[in-house]
Amino acid sequence: MLRYLRLLGLGLRISISLGAQYRWNFLVDGLVSILYTILGLIPLYIAFHARPSLHGWTYATALVVVGWFSLLKGILDGAINPSLLSVVDQIRQGTLDFVLLKPADAQFLVSTAKFEPWKVVDGLAAIGIFAWAFHLLGRAPGGLDVLASLGLLGCATLVLYSIWILVVAAAFWVVRLDNLAYLFNSVFDFARWPVSVFRGALRIVFTFVIPIGIMTTYPAEALLGTLTLQTGLLAVAGSFGFVVLSRTVWTRAIGRYTSASS
Amino acid sequence: MSLLADLGRAARAYPTLLRVGFAEAVAYRAEMLVWMLTTTMPLVSLALWSAVAETAPVGRFTERGFAAYFLATLLIRQLTGSWLVWELNTEIRSGTLSRRLLRPIHPLITYSAENLAAIPLRFALTLPAAIVWLVVLEPGAFPRAPLDLLAMVLSLIGAWLINFFTMALIGSMAFYLESSTAIFDLWMVAFMVLSGYLVPLDLFPQAIRSVAHALPFRYTIAFPVEIATGLVRGQAMLRGLLIQWTYVLGVGAAAILAFRAGVKRYSAFGG
Repeated sequence: MLRYLRLLGLGLRISISLGAQYRWNFLVDGLVSILYTILGLIPLYIAFHARPSLHGWTYATALVVVGWFSLLKGILDGAINPSLLSVVDQIRQGTLDFVLLKPADAQFLVSTAKFEPWKVVDGLAAIGIFAWAFHLLGRAPGGLDVLASLGLLGCATLVLYSIWILVVAAAFWVVRLDNLAYLFNSVFDFARWPVSVFRGALRIVFTFVIPIGIMTTYPAEALLGTLTLQTGLLAVAGSFGFVVLSRTVWTRAIGRYTSASS
Repeated sequence: MSLLADLGRAARAYPTLLRVGFAEAVAYRAEMLVWMLTTTMPLVSLALWSAVAETAPVGRFTERGFAAYFLATLLIRQLTGSWLVWELNTEIRSGTLSRRLLRPIHPLITYSAENLAAIPLRFALTLPAAIVWLVVLEPGAFPRAPLDLLAMVLSLIGAWLINFFTMALIGSMAFYLESSTAIFDLWMVAFMVLSGYLVPLDLFPQAIRSVAHALPFRYTIAFPVEIATGLVRGQAMLRGLLIQWTYVLGVGAAAILAFRAGVKRYSAFGG
């Protein structure tokens, strides 16, 4: 366990020093991602200007959902995407052999290969949005609510990561998959609205297949103090279900890996 | 004289270039389908706006009106899109642009053939969405009069040309900078707000709307969408066409000049 923590620390250190080489990139990327965050607020602003209340959400409470979206987007782009995009490449080129030969768990190694520390900017944008939302609400979030929402943030990260592992595992069967990554990113865009906005088939997909409720809506409700205990427990159970599923699929998939040269 | 000869040669080669481009598009059809599926943003917007319009219409838009608007946005984005900026960036950096420069046809012409050749396949893949769109569209909203139909076609061509030339212009900056994709990201941010891609321009306050009508972004997506869904007709439509084609000429000239100036500095890395 300690060894894995040390490996994680090492991976982070390498990524930070790599990132520090491209400071100019950081500046532009940071600016663009802040602009995109503000951009995402415009439709919300106009929509709630037309309807002050939408399926029980107001402008201020919907802002909290957008805040969680921004935070998770940062986690996705900063800690999950970079590593897993490179796995797809490694599977295609056969260089995954070198990872498999190392004396540590392969899933751990491929998941921590690369970070983009500068995506912290998204997290800062999220905190800004939370502050603005609670300023509009005219109150501060309760201490317990903050704790519950942080716990659910952990669950949300696990779900995102598990879905990603499932996508990567698919690369063992269908080799050419790098644009599936972008597909997942654009599906994730739906998580910027509260899940109750969706109706019909979309509602079912976004509850069970790609649970955007667990990702952004429930943490937001927890922070607002409106989440029922039952929903919270279901979210936790659901995210652990995803983890077990992805781990099972991953071990099966890695068994099918035949290296590119053979 | 030589310009005419060049153009004549390009015109003769163009059908072949289109055929090659089409064959390439068919060869990578699965990849293209996945790329097309990544265009989910209009559907994300649609989800929000149809929830908003559920109880009462917003401005001129009913729930059905929003569905028609955003499906048209999705379709027209697919048909008028280009990927030139990424291609130019990679080819300039890796030096593979040299291969194109050796051919006796202007590279922008070969690029345009490749981009155009993908459109029939894109159209075929978007057909299901197009059928849903026609069902959702209010009767009479689709242009019927010959003049309106002609305007729609012209606005689509104009939108494609503005997209293609801005990408050529921004892509050509890669001759000077290490990579111009960051500049394109900034262009995209402005595009998202001012083109009607996220929010129909009608719903913005009057001041922002008049700014958006004067800038090029609207003419790459919202303008053809508005003609196709019956939101703009008559005088306003003709004025829009005039502005759109002025931008086509302006951006086109700028792109060709920028490309020419860039090629002069180009020194094929390892080409």
